[in-house]
Amino acid sequence: MSHFDEAYSAVQAALDAGARYADARIMVRRTESMTARDSDVEDLSSDESAGLGVRALVGSGWGFYAVPDLSDAAARAAGRHAVQIAAASATVPGPPIDLVPAGAGEASWASDCAVDPLSVPLSTKGDLLVGATAAAKAAGADIAEALYRIWDTRKWFVSSDGHRIDQHIRECGAGVWASAIGDGEVQRRSWPSYGGQFGTRGWELIEELDLIANAPRMAEEARALVTAPLCPAGETALILGGEQLALQIHESVGHAIELDRILGWEAAFAGTSWLDLEKLGSLRYGSELMNITIDPRIPGALGSFGYDDEGTPATKRDAVRNGIWVGVLAGRDSAAVAGLDYAGSVRSDGWARLPMVRMTNVGLEPGPHTLDEIVAATDDGVLMETNRSWSIDDRRLNFQFGCEIGYEVKNGRRGRLLRNPTYTGIGPKFWQSMDMLSSETIAWGTPNCGKGQPGQVGHTGHPAAPARFTNVRVGVHG
Amino acid sequence: MSVELELAGRVVGLVRAALGSAAHAEVLVEHNAEALTRFANSAIHQNVAEATTTVRLRLHLDGRSSAGATTITTADGLRTLVDRTVAAARLSPPDPTWPGLTPPTPLHVSAGHPGSGEHSGLDFGFDEATARADPGERAARVRDFVRAAGGLETAGFCRTVYASAAFANSDGHAVEGRTAEAAMDGIARVDGSDGVARLASGRLGDIDGAALGARAAAKARAARNPMELPPGRYEVVLEPEAVADMLGNLAFFGFNGKLFNQRQSFAELDVEQFDPSVTIVDDPLGSRGEPAPGLPFDGEGTPRRTLVLVRDGVTKAVAHDRRSAAEAGTDSTGHAWEESRVWGPIATSTRLEAAPAATEPALPPATEPGPTAESARPLVAHVERGLLITDFWYTRVLDPKSLVITGLTRNGVWLVEDGEVTSAVGNMRFTQSYPQALGIGMVRGIGSESVLLPDRWSGVRFAAPAVHLASWNFTGNASG
Repeated sequence: MSHFDEAYSAVQAALDAGARYADARIMVRRTESMTARDSDVEDLSSDESAGLGVRALVGSGWGFYAVPDLSDAAARAAGRHAVQIAAASATVPGPPIDLVPAGAGEASWASDCAVDPLSVPLSTKGDLLVGATAAAKAAGADIAEALYRIWDTRKWFVSSDGHRIDQHIRECGAGVWASAIGDGEVQRRSWPSYGGQFGTRGWELIEELDLIANAPRMAEEARALVTAPLCPAGETALILGGEQLALQIHESVGHAIELDRILGWEAAFAGTSWLDLEKLGSLRYGSELMNITIDPRIPGALGSFGYDDEGTPATKRDAVRNGIWVGVLAGRDSAAVAGLDYAGSVRSDGWARLPMVRMTNVGLEPGPHTLDEIVAATDDGVLMETNRSWSIDDRRLNFQFGCEIGYEVKNGRRGRLLRNPTYTGIGPKFWQSMDMLSSETIAWGTPNCGKGQPGQVGHTGHPAAPARFTNVRVGVHG
Repeated sequence: MSVELELAGRVVGLVRAALGSAAHAEVLVEHNAEALTRFANSAIHQNVAEATTTVRLRLHLDGRSSAGATTITTADGLRTLVDRTVAAARLSPPDPTWPGLTPPTPLHVSAGHPGSGEHSGLDFGFDEATARADPGERAARVRDFVRAAGGLETAGFCRTVYASAAFANSDGHAVEGRTAEAAMDGIARVDGSDGVARLASGRLGDIDGAALGARAAAKARAARNPMELPPGRYEVVLEPEAVADMLGNLAFFGFNGKLFNQRQSFAELDVEQFDPSVTIVDDPLGSRGEPAPGLPFDGEGTPRRTLVLVRDGVTKAVAHDRRSAAEAGTDSTGHAWEESRVWGPIATSTRLEAAPAATEPALPPATEPGPTAESARPLVAHVERGLLITDFWYTRVLDPKSLVITGLTRNGVWLVEDGEVTSAVGNMRFTQSYPQALGIGMVRGIGSESVLLPDRWSGVRFAAPAVHLASWNFTGNASG
């Protein structure tokens, strides 16, 4: 069933009411999630949401209105309401707004999916999570938890620039984690990553994670961490596992290259960026090994799509090439303000939210090494894996991350476990210290990227592999 | 009868028609109209509104449970919701810890607890004007904020929310209520330094954009030319915005019944875990003439009420939904929400009780706008050498049990020497256990005025005074 007609009605009503540009997106989304704890299913939820969001530009003022009613009358009323809101925006006006071209056209796109995750019987899914938590519990976890989540989203997008695009995106993922409670603190190990691994794929992704087989090791490691020595404080060589490096990229590169932040549009909440547009193309961000791409076309990665929520076709771009900052995540209006000629990174987390600049798949191109080679080449350092906490300042410079597990590295060998490993630094100084990078790349999915007011939860992908950084401050404790 | 209560009853009826008395059903219908006018670079750049009705159904059938939700409220949409949720329950694994339904129970509403709404026949303070606020009213407050900042660059938002909701279950419990809230949160910026002002209220009429803009600008001007201080332990005065962050993290990770049951929380009932000056309550029904921040019942239909979490330094309670309460052998405190079974029940209206005004020495009014919030001035006067901190940012938990948190200062930090602010300081990173910071002997003073502060999520707010703490562990600065 198509919803182009209702979206068109909303756009036309906005134009009739005085908008000089309007777009509308209708989304119908099914979600399903299950959590299990200590061999029991804890929660099972199956939701459906459908609605329309229309955006109107009047003068230099934007207005956005969303309703869950897909009738033609409601769509037209929403278009008119968006114009009224835009008119109120114009009472505290900014500079004139232009939109860079978005390659208008009619198109259809769907993500690859071998096994429809919503078609898998709930009993099978329950058995998987119950089995994984039972396996962790049997291996010594005080608390064993597991989850899966599924999103099935159909979108119809129409704009006054002539877009008529429908997409069907299926996403899912899962994870299992074990906690051991020590004297005054909790140790946790997660597989395959903090909160699970997610992608624009079908149930086959979850089967490949092999939760039940990996759960006992998580429990054993969590238990061992309770009595492991504290990660020592000091400056040393730091080797990060790929999953942790994915979050490092997300926080200290992905958010920093969002053009709306650079332009000050997020100043009061998410913050700004240390990057200055005048240095685009010349600023050294990291070492020569650092090559970051923006690529929403990666099959199966969580930040993949055919067209963004302004109708711009998915296109691969460089963000950092040989350590030099060369690209940003942009939308049609922010690109015009910045004098750039490309957009393509605007999305909303649902029909009720305004599309805004978001990460797609922002990741590190593979390096020449392997993790084993990196460890073997390290005389003295710490290896940290699996994110546990993350914090970074509002300009995306000063960060501190905690990981679930650390290992001492001495004379080229992985040594004893270290508990509560943390590291801290300043973004460009840290990235310029990257001297070894693995080729073992995985496109890690982050399904919980918060941004915007009202809040939106974005889904992003981050290809990353293990890497080594020199002279990093580790072992920051309270 | 409200539209929401009629919808809730209809869904319970559909379940009954399909399954008879074998199924236990609970239905929550929420209509949310949220509008937010956002500004940056001193202009409105994002301006949004939505009006959404969500129907949530939770079923327990033959020892198995499931939940479903929809925004499609047509007859077909509701029937699909019921069919899908029934099918999910039948295919689900057994749920041996199902806690049962809330029995018919009256709401805890009285003249002292405003906000229940006219549908219940009780209308203590619900503000229709806020519920009906239009884009022009929000834009006017933004314009006032921008003008009052006197040419400084500004950014922030003005938000109004109206919520009307009803709950019904198959045991005959049915309740309804509505609420409205308003909030403004903005910064002013000059020479790379920021100042902030924010306020929450049940009445948009209480939100004075000009006053907030002037306050943010005064802070930003006073924050210029910051010096860099070395990391280390400092005595601090935290202004209400920073204290609100502490309350939020204590509520989410400490006074959380699920984490408490799992021994992942620091909380130990009837143990003196805080300084005797610390009393923390959850006030979901509002108090002291303030309209309620939320609905008078939770997602399981349990009536909300004031809950004392800490009294005079002694931890007295944690927040529970029916499931965590059953596991703990106690009663629900009315803190169920749609994901409380996953994340745990969370107190979302916490208040750190302000000190009685009489215990503080009176100070003459400030002669000119400066960095210090009025409520914090008496506390600053007692600082020998320490830091005045406006706000915290990006706080994340390193360990849930000890509640060691790392984060950064934001929107203004100053060095205080001999009771006087002497210099602006650059933002610093900290790594600090929140319960330890408020521990016995660590609280040197609490301000006499609580400020109502909004959260990033509507429906959540904090009432916080300034606090004077003996020690805060700073682990980094702008250099790393």
